[in-house]
Amino acid sequence: MKKKSTKVVQLEEVVVKFAGDSGDGMQLTGSQFSDTSAVAGHDLATFPDYPAEIRAPQGTVAGVSGFQVHIGHKDVHTSGDLADVLVAMNPAALMANMRWVKPGATIIIDIDNFDNKSYKKAGYTEDPLGDGSLEGYNVVKAPITALTRATLADMDLNIKTVDKTKNQFALGLLYWLFNRELDVAFDFLAKKFKDKPDLIIANQKVLKAGYHYAETIEALETTYYIPPTSDKKGKFRNITGNQAVAWGLMAAAEKANLDLFLGSYPITPASEILQELSKRKHMRVKTFQAEDEIAGICSAIGASYTGVLAATSTSGPGLALKGEAIGLAVMTELPLVIVNVQRGGPATGLPTKPEQSDLMQALYGRNGESPVVVMAASSPANCFDYAFMASKIALERMVPVILLTDGYLANGSELWPVPAMKDLPEIKVPFATPNDPDYQPYKRDPKTLARQWAIPGMEGLRHRVGGLEKADITGEVSHNAINHEKMSHYREEKVQRVADMIPELTVYGDPEADLLVVGWGGTHGAILSAVEDLQDDGKSIAMTHFNYIKPLPKNTAEVFSKYKKIVVCENNLGQFANYLRSQHPQFNYIQFNKIQGLPFMVFELKEKFIQILQEN
Amino acid sequence: MATDNLNIPEITKKDFQVDNEIKWCAGCGSFAILNSVINVLPKLGVKKEDVCFVSGIGCSSRFPYYIKTYGFHGLHGRAAAIASGVKVANPNLNVWQITGDGDCMAIGGNHFIHLLRRNININILLLNNKIYGLTKGQYSPTTPKGSKTKTSPDGTIEEAFKPGELAIGAGAHFFARVTDTDQKLMQDAFYQGAMHKGASFTEILENCVIFNNAAHADITEKDLKDDHTIYLQHGEKMIFGSERDKGLVLDGLKLKVVKIGEDGYTMEDVLVHDATCEDTTLHYMLARMARPEFPLALGVIRNYQGTSYDELLQAQFDDARKNSPIKTMDQLMNSGAVFEN
Repeated sequence: MKKKSTKVVQLEEVVVKFAGDSGDGMQLTGSQFSDTSAVAGHDLATFPDYPAEIRAPQGTVAGVSGFQVHIGHKDVHTSGDLADVLVAMNPAALMANMRWVKPGATIIIDIDNFDNKSYKKAGYTEDPLGDGSLEGYNVVKAPITALTRATLADMDLNIKTVDKTKNQFALGLLYWLFNRELDVAFDFLAKKFKDKPDLIIANQKVLKAGYHYAETIEALETTYYIPPTSDKKGKFRNITGNQAVAWGLMAAAEKANLDLFLGSYPITPASEILQELSKRKHMRVKTFQAEDEIAGICSAIGASYTGVLAATSTSGPGLALKGEAIGLAVMTELPLVIVNVQRGGPATGLPTKPEQSDLMQALYGRNGESPVVVMAASSPANCFDYAFMASKIALERMVPVILLTDGYLANGSELWPVPAMKDLPEIKVPFATPNDPDYQPYKRDPKTLARQWAIPGMEGLRHRVGGLEKADITGEVSHNAINHEKMSHYREEKVQRVADMIPELTVYGDPEADLLVVGWGGTHGAILSAVEDLQDDGKSIAMTHFNYIKPLPKNTAEVFSKYKKIVVCENNLGQFANYLRSQHPQFNYIQFNKIQGLPFMVFELKEKFIQILQEN
Repeated sequence: MATDNLNIPEITKKDFQVDNEIKWCAGCGSFAILNSVINVLPKLGVKKEDVCFVSGIGCSSRFPYYIKTYGFHGLHGRAAAIASGVKVANPNLNVWQITGDGDCMAIGGNHFIHLLRRNININILLLNNKIYGLTKGQYSPTTPKGSKTKTSPDGTIEEAFKPGELAIGAGAHFFARVTDTDQKLMQDAFYQGAMHKGASFTEILENCVIFNNAAHADITEKDLKDDHTIYLQHGEKMIFGSERDKGLVLDGLKLKVVKIGEDGYTMEDVLVHDATCEDTTLHYMLARMARPEFPLALGVIRNYQGTSYDELLQAQFDDARKNSPIKTMDQLMNSGAVFEN
């Protein structure tokens, strides 16, 4: 085959989506492409889009698994609205993803899978290649299956194994398209299949075949070059939100010089936290896979009583089951981190889709006056920081903390500048002193209202804790009316005083713009991208984003008071807006809500903001 | 381990007695049970600060307030889960779970079977009075079928759990049954249970003077107990009766009560109790025995020493610490796929 002449176009950013059957290895291909991009010095964010079923019927839309990666020369805040390049391994993948593709995008399909039978399975009534629906797109009809098989014809491998390498052919195409070196991918494959030399050779051959095919065909005349980021220097790793939560908890435990205990029950999309920590016995981490959500948190409360950093991880339905036990942690005033990776609800809802609809549950979903600290991470990487801070607050203030993330942060990834432990804040644990004659279980630090932590094994401090109301100072069981009121106020005030240790709200943009955009948690990247774009267009718009929800940052009202219009954007029906109305009723909050199991798209946010700016 | 510590100061039952008022009803069986526990604790070779009592909700679960140790009065049904966290997080502690028939067999049934299955080294004491006392007299999962209670005015139509049968089915390595009227029996079972490495489960048939008085009279009354119960001791013949003339034999695949010297049965035919064997067949049959066909089995019915969760976890821990070069977060965060710009 002779080489053609190609031109190279320089791009600021690009969004690539890999889609195929859930057995086609699209997650792997996407991760490989991301890692290579990181090596090339790009900023990136990724998001996998799994079907809820493990292996839905082959060739159907329900069985399509996708992986989107957004790479750029500048800061990348989201995994991208619409794809510039779509790889569709079958008609179902095309069917499921066409509405997420930019007009004029490059669409690479495995033409060998595009036949009448497959169209029917995917739900097409007309041949999508012939009905004009792809007019205006650059469709690359690559015979991926046939060429993969031909490439490996001389190897003694069964057809199933051969077909499993098809994803590498597609990846090879992309490597050529984006001027990537194959070395990184070769190394990756050598590591992944280190005990199966046949598979290393097969996958490498197919990857190379895809690369050479792209080099040869006429449909791909242009390759793209994205310059490396200039403002991000240092060491980075690609990290998902769930891994970052796990590592943040571990970092806090190390900082506080405590063992870490996670009591948890597997649940989508939080399971990876339990899985990651299960691998970390060498780091003084104990995990307890409990028989249910209730046992998960109760074992963590028991562990907390013994003086370790204790946590439990879950998603919405699990948080509902843990409610009573969260109340127990409130009453016993023990440190506990509850990580809730939000998904669509109610009931089983949309297990694999992100949503922000557990906010009210986190704040109020328990019997009695049951205040806890509520906070939310806002990017995959800062899940590390907020898991660390949740632990610090829990330990120093002897209080349960609910950390909210969501399926988008949990499974999405981004480049994370690796921190040094010495740069993380200290954690000072309020342990009691053995044989302290003045020790009283519910005596409080006058500044923080935290009680002291006396743990089994400490001499001279034997005492009882429990779910019954406790007498002030002594901690004896008390049914006294005045005492109950006093203790209720203490518990609330203890949470409110956490405001002393959290940062104040910051504003991005003009402090006196026409419109303030307010968000919380996982919507940060999309809102920031939209606001930046509009600011570049000269619009009078600013944003502020909440990571601390209870207590709210001290300057919240002060920030809000500068703006005529405030819009609160969230993936629910307005829970944070309603919470703000209860805390700061003097302001008018416009709502922008989306509850489709999908994150905000930058373009839809921009449309909404422009509309609000134009209204009188 | 605390038991290896030779510097444990001498302790007595006084070290565990509380000054505060004990608020069980006068005549409640829990007083005797508390007394037995307090008598056993000084014999275990553990520091008084290393003992931890965890309970759920119910009359029996007030126990931690009446014993001077570290104590955790938890949630209804959840004591097993809380105790599991305590023990796994700090294996040096000597952990006890106090529970009742509602707490353990109804709302806490799930945690109960999983604690036994995992075989975590916790001593579970089930105070079984076969009634809901704290909520004032509804039937529990161990209330005999047909009993009239506040919620079964026409008699219950539910079969009762036999806690021992459930426990052995869930994989319990240690099961004992005692009565609240017999201090010696209780102390012996509590001691053996505490010495057992792994989960130990002791059912105490307890009297509730208010809502289910004399529920166990058939087996605790002086003139009845010798003929209506059998006290099983490891290595001893299974004989009982006021005349010590009745025994248990195997008849095919079933147990049978015989009179020694009658129908051709001699002492030779009477079974010898082996509490320590792994096989559960005979333990299961003994735990199931019910009046009036059989005497009720008391004592340590099963005491098979396997490997506890704690030991296996510690072994994995030690291996991981030894084999991984990564010991700190800085090492971990800089390992593997790190990209440098």
